Amino acid sequence: MPQSLLNAVDISKSFAGVHALKNVSLEIKPGEIHCLAGENGCGKSTLIKIISGVYQMDSGYIEFNGKKFTKITPSEAIALGIQVIYQDFAVFPNLTVMENLAINTELAANRKFVNWKRMRRIAEDAVAKIGFKVDLDALVGSLSVAEKQMVAISRALMSDAKLIIMDEPTTALTKKEVKALFEIILKLKEQGIAILFVSHKLNEVFEISERFTIFRSGELVVTGSTKELDDRKFTYYMTGREFENRVFVPEKLTEKPILELEHLGLKGYFEDINLSVRGGEILGITGLLDSGRTELGLAMFGLKRTDSGKIKMHGKDVTLSSPRDAIGAGIGYVPEDRLSEGLFLPQSIGDNIVVSELDKLRGGMGTYDIAKADEEKQLWVKELGVKTLDHKNAASTLSGGNQQKVVLAKWMAVNPDVLILNGPTVGVDIGSKHDIHAILQKQAKDGMAVIIISDDLPEILQNCSRILVIKEGRFVAEMSAEEASEDAILEKMM
Amino acid sequence: MDTVKRIYNKNREVYRLLLIIVLWMIFMAITKFKKFYSFKNFQTIASQFPEYGLMALGCMLCMMTGGIDLSCVGVANLTSILVVNLLIAQFGAEGSMPLGYTVVLFAVAVVLGAVAGAFNGFLISTVGVPPILATLGVNELLTGISIVLTGGSPVSSFPKEFCELFSTNIGGVVPVRLVMFIVVAIVIWFMLEKTDYGLKIKLLGTNQNVAKFSGLNNVGLLMKTYITAGICSALGGMLMMSNYASVRADYGSQYTMQAILIVVLGGVSPNGGTGKLSGVCTAIVLLKLLESGINRFHNISSYYISLIWGGVLILALVMDYFSNGQHKKV
Amino acid sequence: MSKTLKKLTRKSEFYTFLIIVVLAIAIEIASGQFFTANNFVDILNAMIVPGLFAIAEFMVLVSGGIEVSFPAAASLTVYATTKLLLDKGYEGGIFLPLIMVIVIGAVLGAFNGFLIGYMNLTPMIVTLGASSVFKGIMQGALNSKQLAVIPAGMKKFGVDALFVSTNPVSGLTSKMPMTFIVFVVALILAYILLNYTFFGRAIYAIGGNPQSARCAGYKVERTKFLIYVISGAIAGIGGLCRVCVMQQCHPTNMLGMEMNVIAGVVLGGTAITGGSGSLAGCFLGTLLIVMVENSMIMLGIPTTWKNVFTGALIVIGVGISALQVKRAEKAAELARQEKA
Repeated sequence: MPQSLLNAVDISKSFAGVHALKNVSLEIKPGEIHCLAGENGCGKSTLIKIISGVYQMDSGYIEFNGKKFTKITPSEAIALGIQVIYQDFAVFPNLTVMENLAINTELAANRKFVNWKRMRRIAEDAVAKIGFKVDLDALVGSLSVAEKQMVAISRALMSDAKLIIMDEPTTALTKKEVKALFEIILKLKEQGIAILFVSHKLNEVFEISERFTIFRSGELVVTGSTKELDDRKFTYYMTGREFENRVFVPEKLTEKPILELEHLGLKGYFEDINLSVRGGEILGITGLLDSGRTELGLAMFGLKRTDSGKIKMHGKDVTLSSPRDAIGAGIGYVPEDRLSEGLFLPQSIGDNIVVSELDKLRGGMGTYDIAKADEEKQLWVKELGVKTLDHKNAASTLSGGNQQKVVLAKWMAVNPDVLILNGPTVGVDIGSKHDIHAILQKQAKDGMAVIIISDDLPEILQNCSRILVIKEGRFVAEMSAEEASEDAILEKMM
Repeated sequence: MDTVKRIYNKNREVYRLLLIIVLWMIFMAITKFKKFYSFKNFQTIASQFPEYGLMALGCMLCMMTGGIDLSCVGVANLTSILVVNLLIAQFGAEGSMPLGYTVVLFAVAVVLGAVAGAFNGFLISTVGVPPILATLGVNELLTGISIVLTGGSPVSSFPKEFCELFSTNIGGVVPVRLVMFIVVAIVIWFMLEKTDYGLKIKLLGTNQNVAKFSGLNNVGLLMKTYITAGICSALGGMLMMSNYASVRADYGSQYTMQAILIVVLGGVSPNGGTGKLSGVCTAIVLLKLLESGINRFHNISSYYISLIWGGVLILALVMDYFSNGQHKKV
Repeated sequence: MSKTLKKLTRKSEFYTFLIIVVLAIAIEIASGQFFTANNFVDILNAMIVPGLFAIAEFMVLVSGGIEVSFPAAASLTVYATTKLLLDKGYEGGIFLPLIMVIVIGAVLGAFNGFLIGYMNLTPMIVTLGASSVFKGIMQGALNSKQLAVIPAGMKKFGVDALFVSTNPVSGLTSKMPMTFIVFVVALILAYILLNYTFFGRAIYAIGGNPQSARCAGYKVERTKFLIYVISGAIAGIGGLCRVCVMQQCHPTNMLGMEMNVIAGVVLGGTAITGGSGSLAGCFLGTLLIVMVENSMIMLGIPTTWKNVFTGALIVIGVGISALQVKRAEKAAELARQEKA
């Protein structure tokens, strides 16, 4: 048996003249759990795609099980025993679980005709391997995120996988589901399967992996044993910078609450929600993925109709039946999913900033005041430090962190009384994360009421002056910044 | 060279079309100078393109929102038939119409177009029907009503004062129909460039969900767009009526295809989110010049026009494919 | 409610079928002529050509594309074939014309397929342009005119009856042409292709998620290319069937059929966004459209109302299915909540 299972050596790859990877190397031993970390855009996804044959490398080579390759196709990679579980799981929502499970094996065997009985047998074997209970005839589109991931994992195990690559597998999972996933990963390790776990979440890297490799801007920064890694080093390797976390202390609170919720309820999601937030404070709402936290956020922005209770702004009842109503009442909302809810990717950064205040940018005769809009665009790009040469560039040209700043800028421009942020720094690099936190703290100091909905506990602890924990649709605890700690919150939310 | 490239890239769809126009004009100058370069010919061109040009303008707005309007011809024909029925009811088939009544005719046309457009808009924005299917069904429905109203045959005995008025040239030079087109084009230019409507529909066309989260009034914008498109088509129908001096349920059936061709050729992405009025207007003129030029060659069947238009459309797509460097990405 | 019935009611094909049944009963009550053997023969006969086109359109729609050039492709293919055979004085049977339309149709389809599959251009626009090109070639380059005479082999194929059905009451006879066999064979082949070959499963997979399909090892570009090739070939066959039965080649006779064919496929529950739909639904949707078009006379409605009825049917049909999608999404979300 060779020393290493996979040895990628001196891999380079560029797209349209831009280097995505510069002479990076990665070694994985048989049966080890290896973590590949790095900020968004560091090249880790590119490397995965090269190993799995989706992209061709420009230079370098890959050794797998002692065999050397300079070019590899997706079906070759699968035949070698390399399996990738992509972030979106690469499943077919319109097909049944059975077909999703069996397709790869059947295609790898180069079959031309379908034998549904054989497909069912393959699928049954697949789920049996990890004891996954599911209706094989259900459409994958009707499954939960965790179930979809299990489908993808079961499928990966089919073809005598030797290496399973998981690309950010925990992003959309609840804490409970993450735990279950880790158990399965350990089970796979026992069977001698190596796992390459791609993540940018520190705690996961510590919890699961034996060795780690970190990329930054397409280059290899460090590789070694996880035991030697700590919090500070990890951040430094990831970003090349050191950060100081500034804890938020509210200064002036408005006397009266700005937003109040009274016995707010929505069947199936949350009930009897009472909350009041004053200008100048940052309120944290935290809970598990399916705790109803997102739906509560959407309800406060008019995107979900509640069926009981009241919403009050400045002491007056308001009915929110659309985001327009909410904006009119002085509420802004930074959504959970930047790409599908927050940004018009192909459109310019500037237009993304002014979209929600267009009705205010009117000159004579109701015309669109382009000069004023331009001023606004420049102002907010500068104010939030969006890294771009020109606000006319498309939003898609920005990194995740800068994109999130643009979403934030959109709401700064509207200047709402209450700003609700759902997962404000998900998928954002550490540098931008600090910038965004600083912006939010400044806004609160200037009198805005800020609500952060997040399950990133360090983020909540650092920024929020008051924390509400939601569980199964109800608030189960309220803590002040002083009495809160990660353990205390975790205990309440699980 | 770089500045040339930058200027070209900034308004690629327009310059590309202008280049084709220039080449075509040179070709026509060499081959058929006398027949093509006559005042009369250009006047004819200018009086003929407005009817489908108007439909293309409406279709452009729909496509910018990520939709499409396949009902323009149905709206146009039904409008002209209803207007003719109104004329006959008011003045009799052999009677004459006072010219001032033209205003009433246009008011009726605008209302009919708006109603048809609102129906499209309702199906798309509120019911959630994909635009292709909604406008396709509405087109079939409206054409059906037109057939029922006319029994499927042309109607040509009605007071013709309106047709005559719209077939004249102002000062013997500028066709009235062209003026009509220019007026509508200016209104749409104003909507797109001078009010926030243009930016809003581009954003809506890019991503409806993000638009909703950003507080745009999606339903209102889509309604406005399809109503405007309906009005454009209805006015196009009025011009068709003046041109043919008769109405029929299936006049101009090729115009649907032409309108979409023009819009795509004019640089509007079928997926929504982009588009310029200048590009679409240039495309309208280009197509008419091509058609008119080919008609000068008597030995070439006029049916070649269809071949050339389709070819130009596909060529434009292929050119985009290579100039965007899409072929390198994969 | 039993489990199978519950499962059935969740399928949109079931509702299409229900509408067909209601419509059939309505026609029967109004005319007493619906449930007669010769009426069934008439309807199935009228379904042959649109049905063939619908099979082609169905495959394209499932893959996430759309195809509006098949009437033009069919017209061009069959015109070129007929003209060529007439010029050569062809005396043989139907076999050679059939091969010719398949080959020419496939070549025209390959044109679409190359642009859509390998160059990744928008299907709606490509096929719209192709439609114009095909028409231009037929009417311009080939200078098409109505051909009143067609080769003997084609004529015979069109005249021969598979069987004849007589209405015992009215004494009317209805002939089922041989082309019906072509339709049935195409339907069976399409069924096998879609459900029992991995090429067919690739069509569904690509319509569901093209990136995943590529990762799974499907050849996305080639599959898309081949879908349009097959669609072109089927269009050619459809055109041939039409010409044989009509006993003359009318170049523009089929143009404009695309709208009703697409409507039929969509009414049968095929998502216009791709990925889902069944051949049974495709068949039922087309049947519904054909029934509406053919039953006007029986209901005593003047044929001028035909478009009004099909138009209303499309608008109501797609409207209901859009609302259904909305409701289903909501229901699925709630079900997931309850499970958790």
